[in-house]
Amino acid sequence: MSESDDSMSEIDAQEQNHSNGVGGGIPDYIMNLDNIPAKLPTHLELHKTRVICNIDAPQHTDPINYSGAYAALGVDNSVRLDNFCQNFKVEVKRFTDEDIEFDMIGIDPAIANAFRRILIAEVPTMAIERVYIANNTSLIQDEVLAHRLGLIPINADPKLFEYPDNAGGENNEKNTIVFKLHVHCVKGQPRITVKSDALKWLPNGSELIADDTKPNAESKPKTFTSFRDNHDSKKKFAKNPPAPKNLDIILAKLGPGQEIELEAHAVKGIGKTHAKWSPVATAWYRMLPEVVLMEDVVDEMAEELVSKCPAKVFDIEDIGEGRRRARVVNARACTLCRECIREKESEDGADKKEKESEDGADKAIVIKKKEWEDLISLRRVKDHFIFTIESTGAISPDVLFTEAVKILEDKCERVITELS
Amino acid sequence: MEHGSYTDLSKSTFSLMDEDHTFANSVRFTLNQDPRVTFCGYSIPHPSENRVNVRVQTTGDPACEVLKDGCQDLMLMCQHVRNTFEKAVNDFKTSKTEDHMDI
Repeated sequence: MSESDDSMSEIDAQEQNHSNGVGGGIPDYIMNLDNIPAKLPTHLELHKTRVICNIDAPQHTDPINYSGAYAALGVDNSVRLDNFCQNFKVEVKRFTDEDIEFDMIGIDPAIANAFRRILIAEVPTMAIERVYIANNTSLIQDEVLAHRLGLIPINADPKLFEYPDNAGGENNEKNTIVFKLHVHCVKGQPRITVKSDALKWLPNGSELIADDTKPNAESKPKTFTSFRDNHDSKKKFAKNPPAPKNLDIILAKLGPGQEIELEAHAVKGIGKTHAKWSPVATAWYRMLPEVVLMEDVVDEMAEELVSKCPAKVFDIEDIGEGRRRARVVNARACTLCRECIREKESEDGADKKEKESEDGADKAIVIKKKEWEDLISLRRVKDHFIFTIESTGAISPDVLFTEAVKILEDKCERVITELS
Repeated sequence: MEHGSYTDLSKSTFSLMDEDHTFANSVRFTLNQDPRVTFCGYSIPHPSENRVNVRVQTTGDPACEVLKDGCQDLMLMCQHVRNTFEKAVNDFKTSKTEDHMDI
């Protein structure tokens, strides 16, 4: 008892120091008055930090950003950087080669959403952009085939390449990866399936002759790329040569006698230009659900509650004397389907009319309806984001997130330099 | 580009090329947290134009400086997010390998 008292008074002392020190524009004598609240009243705090999901609609959905929102109460709503740094937390929940799930705690939706948008649209990757078809006698049309090729995730680090516009329209080893695909189904043999593993990397660039004119005897014939002798880049890729990330993507099927011969050029780009450059399958976040039982839910009610929750949020615990009580065990799994607070539908129209005549029974139903909504409070925590990134596989998901954050930093830097 | 008046520097509209909600909404958030800002909002005048207009009104400081500070704050926040994230991922990786060793 005494311990808790001590800690309480300590906190009080700290708060006073805090308000004295950081009071800023507010004169100290005002901050020293007894009736200046250091914290928001609980109901306002609840509205500020939680979305409350009622049966009809969610309430208090908007974040309260304005620094002076609670100025009348003497509460400073501004977020100082050191405050943010103290409160911000990241917890990784799941991490594989292809996806990551982590909790971001203490961040505003504006910024979490910026990260998500950047992940989808602005983190660069490599994708096939130009396809030179030398021969295609298969059933699949040239343009459809080219589109399919474009969507293949390419396993190559985009940091090693430049954007094609930087080279002034020249396709060289710094901005282009060239793949060759040449498959042929021999007559008399069964049909074959062309998969993405048929794409072979050409480290020396294009092999197709670009001009119809006869090449000079001395100079090499002009191709679609102008690769210089690139020992460096070959060394760079010795361990990990550029290739499709998944080798079992079906591209086409060939009947006997059919053939595809083409060259595919992959370049660097961003998802804003075309979704094929998007490095993620999806990136999304959701706010942490919070389920609070406002009163004890016992016995039959408890069992009903457990059985009607599709996400298995509740469990039953024994409280002795043969009684059971519902307990929230897995609020994180809650999808906020609101099934647990839904009013009963068992009475259809005709039934209802009958019931209305019997006054007593109707009242009982009304009470029941009210009860569930009052017993359970479904909320979402406004500054707790469960962030999931599903990578296409070319770049590891943790690298993707760091890249996204860097891109937002670069944007800030650009604006700062433009303003000064 | 800045649209404001020469006599009153505390109110300005900034027209940023090649930006969208991603940047504008984040910077709107950081500016709203700044006690010097009385009003801040952004709009995209036309969806097929790569441009946002950010309006900043302050209690007296030059809007340009306040916007710069907002960007600076956002940048520092991002750096902190990145460091925290990298640390969390490393922690997760090491705890995973420890788990494997236990088995």
